Amino acid sequence: MSRIEACFATLKEQQRKALIPYITAGDPTKAVTVPVMHAMVEAGADVIELGVPFSDPMADGPVIQKACERALAAGTGLRDVLAMVTEFRRDNDTTPVVLMGYLNPVEIMGYERFADACVDAGVDGVLLVDLPPEECDEVAPLFKTRGVDLIFLIAPTTTDARISRIAGAASGYLYYVSLKGVTGSASLNVEEVARRVETIRNLAQLPIGVGFGIKDAQSARAVSQVSDGVVVGSALVNQSAENVDTPDRIAPAVAAILADMRAAMDKQ
Amino acid sequence: MTQSSESSGPDYKAFPDQNGHFGRFGGRFVSETLMAALDELDVMYRRLKDDPQFQADFDYDLAHYVGRPSPLYLAERWTKQLGGARIWLKREDLNHTGAHKVNNTIGQALLAKHMGKKRVIAETGAGQHGVASATVAARLGLECHVFMGEEDIRRQRLNVYRMKLLGANVVPVTSGSRTLKDAMNEAMRDWVTNVDDTFYIIGTVAGPHPYPMLVRDFQSVIGREARAQSLKQAGKLPDALVACVGGGSNAIGLFHPFLDDRDVAMYGVEAGGDGIDTGRHAAPLSAGRPGVLHGNRTYLMEDDNGQIIETHSVSAGLDYPGVGPEHSWLKDIGRVHYVSADDNEALAAFRELTRIEGIMPALESAHALAYARKLAPQMDADQDIVINLSGRGDKDILTVAEIDGIHF
Repeated sequence: MSRIEACFATLKEQQRKALIPYITAGDPTKAVTVPVMHAMVEAGADVIELGVPFSDPMADGPVIQKACERALAAGTGLRDVLAMVTEFRRDNDTTPVVLMGYLNPVEIMGYERFADACVDAGVDGVLLVDLPPEECDEVAPLFKTRGVDLIFLIAPTTTDARISRIAGAASGYLYYVSLKGVTGSASLNVEEVARRVETIRNLAQLPIGVGFGIKDAQSARAVSQVSDGVVVGSALVNQSAENVDTPDRIAPAVAAILADMRAAMDKQ
Repeated sequence: MTQSSESSGPDYKAFPDQNGHFGRFGGRFVSETLMAALDELDVMYRRLKDDPQFQADFDYDLAHYVGRPSPLYLAERWTKQLGGARIWLKREDLNHTGAHKVNNTIGQALLAKHMGKKRVIAETGAGQHGVASATVAARLGLECHVFMGEEDIRRQRLNVYRMKLLGANVVPVTSGSRTLKDAMNEAMRDWVTNVDDTFYIIGTVAGPHPYPMLVRDFQSVIGREARAQSLKQAGKLPDALVACVGGGSNAIGLFHPFLDDRDVAMYGVEAGGDGIDTGRHAAPLSAGRPGVLHGNRTYLMEDDNGQIIETHSVSAGLDYPGVGPEHSWLKDIGRVHYVSADDNEALAAFRELTRIEGIMPALESAHALAYARKLAPQMDADQDIVINLSGRGDKDILTVAEIDGIHF
């Protein structure tokens, strides 16, 4: 059983929902990322989405755009991100790590080399924002045969036929994007999310995480009640932005937000 | 079409395939939220492109609003000076709004109208596509937002004011290198947010499928006219075609109707900036490698980590790190030669054409002129070169004046 599968199985048994934090690797320094990952696990994170910085993050709002710029200024490339996962795995062999980013850095490394590197580093899943299932026939088997999950987005605009197609290509979990827009956008509509998650459940077997627009304990709790997990990104990345000159403060600040969310999600 | 030389290449008209691929290039690499909108656009376009009424509306607007056909002009004095092949200029600079860009915005505005969209967005570099978008939006009463890099807003102040006069909202883009690629990122972000009521008018043959196909189809009027005009005025097909390539819409528009004519050589001229060997240029086909950006796989300017690198060109309209996927394919199969002209060569050609023919070219088009200037003397006097004079140079007067040390 993969780490992601085991993680969601355990959560289901405990009747809890997954807390899935996102941070951009190397923001604002390379050294800060692995300690923040451990702090997130301490604070109750179940799966970590680690962002691979890209020069042209088309699906991201200003918060993660700036994070990418800081990470690139610190010299963070895909190889560095993989090295961070290797380092994280020295002290943590259970928390799933998903690399999230855009296709081009992977394309330039080469898909087979990247898939091998994921296995070596202990990466459990890969979410490439600009790689829809239509374009992944060649690369999907490279990940599948190595046991690395390919995670896909489902959007408010995704038709039922496409949901089925995406579910057929995906493994690990599905990531429902709660609103039309970029990351860090305005508040989401929980009732609308609940309706869409029901639709997806009828068409797919995988656990469903929901992201975009979750910024505090209250929204995390609300979304967790209608899904299998919540993804939180910009709210955490903001802590890097505010502590660029005091990077030691990032891990405790991120952990505090996650601990609040964890408590709200676990409250009976 | 029985000449053997005409049947030796691939069936160019069959590309892209159903999923937007030109060989290994093209495709549709976007986030999931946009997939439905692209499907909708693809279905609508495939239906309308064979609809006689849609084609009649398009042709009517090109004739009566744009002023087509644009002339094919024999540049006699310049031909004499260069001492080689006859030089013909396809006068896209005479179109309404001053460049080829309007051919495409007319077509996409008709699509937007058919799809019931009330709001259009566009990205722009030199401002020509922004002006052409603002123009068709004004005419159809559509709300128009144009994304433009801060650096380009500075370089192209006149076009910025033109867009504002036309009623468009010009949105300054401050991320990344603050040029065309960043404007396109920001337009994509707007589209993903307002996808229900918004039509994205992409200005070049890049972006996700079906854009490279439909922009090419709308711009192909250039080549269809040039082909017929050549046969009539020169009595034969040209021996060479030359066009500048940023994203590559004016070039593909000229080249595409000639692709089956195997004896017609084609040259796409990229922006050499400070020189290809300096690394400060905008020539992905000459010195880049394949990757994925802005929804398609194509040649890109990128580093070893797959990050897109900043480009440099005196002309804002060529200052783009990618290129349309069909050009990448035409390069790989060897049908089109891709070359470059640097800033100095383009500026020299700009001045030369202005003084010898009384035609002031856009700095973008001046790159094509600069290459033709080298090509013509190597050819015979009974041969013909058609250059796409894709736009007029009025918008560049401030840039050239600044280089001359003159400030207004």
